[in-house]
Amino acid sequence: MQKVNLCDACSKEKGVQDPTGFALADLLLGIGAAEEIEKGSSAQRCPVCGFTQPDFKKTGRLGCSTCYATFTEALTALLKAMHKGTAHVGKVPQRAHRVGELSDRMRNLNESLQKAVAEENYETAASLRDQIKQLESELTS
Amino acid sequence: MKFSNVMSNAGEWLRGEGPHHQIVISSRVRLARNLRDRAFPGWAKKAERTAILELIKPHVEKLPEMQDSFSELLQDLSALEKQVLVERHLISREHAAKSAGSAVIMNRRQTLSIMINEEDHLRMQSMRSGLQLKQAFKLLDKIDTALENELEFAYDQRLGYLTACPTNVGTGMRASAMLHLPGLVLSELINQVVQAVSKIGLAVRGLYGEGTEAMGNLFQISNQTTLGEKEDEIISRLTKVIETIIEKEHDSRQVLIQKKSNTLWDQIGRAYGVLTYAHAMSSKEALNLLSIIKLGIDLNVFPEEKRLPIDELFMDTQPAHLQKTSQQKLNAEERDHLRAQIIRARLKVLPKPDISKLAMDSGNGSSPAPSEQ
Repeated sequence: MQKVNLCDACSKEKGVQDPTGFALADLLLGIGAAEEIEKGSSAQRCPVCGFTQPDFKKTGRLGCSTCYATFTEALTALLKAMHKGTAHVGKVPQRAHRVGELSDRMRNLNESLQKAVAEENYETAASLRDQIKQLESELTS
Repeated sequence: MKFSNVMSNAGEWLRGEGPHHQIVISSRVRLARNLRDRAFPGWAKKAERTAILELIKPHVEKLPEMQDSFSELLQDLSALEKQVLVERHLISREHAAKSAGSAVIMNRRQTLSIMINEEDHLRMQSMRSGLQLKQAFKLLDKIDTALENELEFAYDQRLGYLTACPTNVGTGMRASAMLHLPGLVLSELINQVVQAVSKIGLAVRGLYGEGTEAMGNLFQISNQTTLGEKEDEIISRLTKVIETIIEKEHDSRQVLIQKKSNTLWDQIGRAYGVLTYAHAMSSKEALNLLSIIKLGIDLNVFPEEKRLPIDELFMDTQPAHLQKTSQQKLNAEERDHLRAQIIRARLKVLPKPDISKLAMDSGNGSSPAPSEQ
């Protein structure tokens, strides 16, 4: 992730603190949206698509799917104000479903491993380690 | 399939055969999907948009539902052809403004249309006649699942499907129905309904969606939010609200018949008179008057078998349809003349309004029963 720190003068020059610049976001997302956006770090740039918060302020649209992770801080409050809930409860794509299941299993295995090590149960730990390796290769395939 | 085929076939959803079709013109559901880690269409450079289009398009064309489909790049469609598709609700107004790097693919029956590189990489839309949101979603869900096996969609465990605009994130689903509500408009109750609906997180819009005017007493009602609620929950909540509005519309029609029959009769007579004899008519006036004729058919004042020709006029008198049919570009004045001419010709088959049928109907107090004569 690339982070740019701007001084007061530069940020003004780039329009980061220009309150009128947020008008579109306000219009689109309801009054107060712009303030929510401004709370986040204003100089962040999306590592995948190069999108910045001023771009969002201009267009009201994000640059790519990774922007949601990049600007998560600003977006969380925004989404909360905009939607019924803050977490998706609808359809899960099969691919994501499989990855979700595998990572759940991975978490369980890791917990068991830590417990086995703590209890000095090295035979179980060795077997768990093998299972984790196997699962890792499945996850990356 | 060629554009001329699209023109000559009225979409199946327009034929008015679904449940509650007198009041619910159509049900539509759309899903927004994007590819993972690729710039959204509004942010992608032209080369990337084209690459994304080339990646997605073959998979869409391969779908069994898209056999013998109409598939066209937006740059290869004329402004008029795009406008025809907008008037049929097969593409959005935003999509019509797109050119290089965007495409539309739709099935022969015009019940399924997929836009590539609209605001999102994929906008898939399913349309049905009458109130059939559940069925429209079912088809779309199947298509989405088929495409998801071929393409990696942007999806987050917490936020769901990721979309260009945060207002669509989560399910990426917008379900909407087009309602014909002349009774509520004539009884001046429509504002109350609009306000009530807005309060429960649903949106009411005009004929062509966001920011458009309500013409022809047609209103679109849709879900506003996409995160924190399951697809089928959104659809059943919306369906329940629509069923309530249908009831209110029937009630207001009965009240009009019983308490304001003179006003109603006057409205229908005037609409019939102007449509039959006018020589210049704007599309707004045409829609508003046709709406009253449609109400007349619902109330038995006109014969039921004239429903389809009237319904078709709603579409055929739209500016782009008018010009495409006459195969020439017309200015507003010429369009108004041609529109009036087409309506006069089409209305020749419509007998004069028969008020005795309306009076008979007011007696039974329920929704209009078919004539027994």
